[in-house]
Amino acid sequence: MENYDIVIIGGGPAGLAAAVSAREQGIDRVLILERDRELGGILNQCIHNGFGLHTFKEELTGPEYAGRFIAQVEEHNIEYKLNTMVMDISRDKVVTAMNREEGLFEIQAKAVILAMGCRERARGALNIPGYRPAGIFSAGTAQRLVNMEGYMPGREVVILGSGDIGLIMARRMTLEGARVKVVAELMPYSGGLKRNIVQCLDDYGIPLKLSHTVVDIKGKERLEGITLAEVDGKGKPIPGTEEFYSCDTLLLSVGLIPENELSGGMGVELNPVTSGPRVNESLETNIEGVFACGNVLHVHDLVDFVSEEAKAAGKNAAAYVLNRYPQHADGAKCVPLKVEAGVRYTVPEKICPERMEDQLKVRFRVGNVYKNCCISVYFDDKRIIHKKKAVVAPGEMEEVVLTKEQLLEVPALQTIIVKLEEA
Amino acid sequence: MEEKKLICINCPLGCALTVAMRGNEIEAVKGNTCRRGEIYARKELTNPTRIVTSTVRVLKGCDHMVSVKTKEDVPKEKVLDCVKVLKEVTVEAPVRIGDVIVDDAAGTGVSIIATKDVRRA
Ligand SMILES: Cc1cc2nc3c(=O)[nH]c(=O)nc-3n(C[C@H](O)[C@H](O)[C@H](O)COP(=O)(O)OP(=O)(O)OC[C@H]3O[C@@H](n4cnc5c(N)ncnc54)[C@H](O)[C@@H]3O)c2cc1C
Ligand code: SF4
Repeated sequence: MENYDIVIIGGGPAGLAAAVSAREQGIDRVLILERDRELGGILNQCIHNGFGLHTFKEELTGPEYAGRFIAQVEEHNIEYKLNTMVMDISRDKVVTAMNREEGLFEIQAKAVILAMGCRERARGALNIPGYRPAGIFSAGTAQRLVNMEGYMPGREVVILGSGDIGLIMARRMTLEGARVKVVAELMPYSGGLKRNIVQCLDDYGIPLKLSHTVVDIKGKERLEGITLAEVDGKGKPIPGTEEFYSCDTLLLSVGLIPENELSGGMGVELNPVTSGPRVNESLETNIEGVFACGNVLHVHDLVDFVSEEAKAAGKNAAAYVLNRYPQHADGAKCVPLKVEAGVRYTVPEKICPERMEDQLKVRFRVGNVYKNCCISVYFDDKRIIHKKKAVVAPGEMEEVVLTKEQLLEVPALQTIIVKLEEA
Repeated sequence: MEEKKLICINCPLGCALTVAMRGNEIEAVKGNTCRRGEIYARKELTNPTRIVTSTVRVLKGCDHMVSVKTKEDVPKEKVLDCVKVLKEVTVEAPVRIGDVIVDDAAGTGVSIIATKDVRRA
């Protein structure tokens, strides 16, 4: 069996940044395993611009952003295997993978970095009655078809769900000559970034109907149209609000979900809110030496933050391999983070003050749109952060920064609480 | 004084901008996290522009399509024209990031460049 210091599962932006960072810490034996035929992950199909302003101080398209990191991977001579699907990871870090040339093979890793990204929620998760005619696609599938295959799925389009991929595809299909009639969103707010609503819908006069859903699908072989209805506060369609739209294509953009079959299989504990692993300040899961970063950990809207997080994961995995990583046996203790009032989750979920960097970003999402509120952090019952926000929304990830100094000042600290409060 | 509300589209942070106007004159921009927000607000209210991204068919390449963008932003009303121009264009692999695909897109004076490497099949 071959041995590597760090095996990285997934060659998207998270896997690439983690690999480069681990190599920069002096780890020689780093291997990336990627099931696709090229590195770059989901960015290869995201041909729009808006990536990397924070990392590279210029505005790149998805493939360009990925290209920068692929170049770094090549410069550092980091090994990778393409067309290689990881099938299983054992608790003692034996990675089982498969490709055409080598068949099924095993690799023993000292540390593993999970960077498998996420997949789209299935349409089965949607409660749409009626037939399932041709012409219903997930937005990401449509994105791949149009941008990579050069194939237009249809001419008259309705989009259900206002996630970013749906918004981006509304513009893309309009530019390709399709008529996008409406974007319908079940929730009273959009799940996508504001900028995408402005430049993908408003720019082209595409209406966004909040609190609306598809209640009927017409067509047996091929989609002929759909019926939208307004929903009440509980998500139930309101009788009398039905409106028919003729269309040959329905795109579903109802959210992403971290790809964690592998993680679950090896015994990594998952957080039911994010569907991603529970991690500590070092992005290490409950299994020692197994780290996670990027969309597999929690769904990100900004690839810049993915790269930043992955860099930390790579660095920490390197410290683990080099035995520079204090273990609990050495007396390192962890403080749990709890969420209250409006905050849905935090990444990380616990912090070891001895191990943390001087500054640590705690990222989280809120459960609803709140105006004029404060993001507060309590150390037990003492408030230490009270940050005013004009508006917070589920579609935009938030963060607070904790310092090592703050934590070391309170040696008896039991719990850190993150919550929203009235301003 | 009049106030206009805008959302900066220069990066996914999407800062909510408030622009104080006196007639057609911009007095102040607030709400931006970085300088690009102010530049955007000034431009959006006088001469709105966009970067255009699309794809072009590739012959003899490992991929069928190569992604492209306008090298700089173009006037908003020229966006559709730029996409139309690209429909007629095919390129032959290999293509490198930054290769010029179209010299002057729809009379804007802006070139269209490749944003992905495509190797020859
Ligand atoms: C449509 C869309 C639009 C976006 N727009 C923007 C934007 O405008 N600006 C911005 O900053 N960010 C944007 N993002 C977000 C950003 O692209 C993602 O957050 C980022 O790509 C996540 O990186 P990742 O490496 O975690 O996941 P991915 O890019 O999904 O990479 C995961 C990789 O793991 C591989 N993999 C999975 N399972 C296995 C396995 N078992 N074996 C081997 N390999 C495996 C996959 O093939 C894939 O290559 C967008 C995302 C999407 C989907
Ligand atoms: S002001 Fe700066 S940080 Fe804010 S959206 Fe614009 S470019 Fe991004």
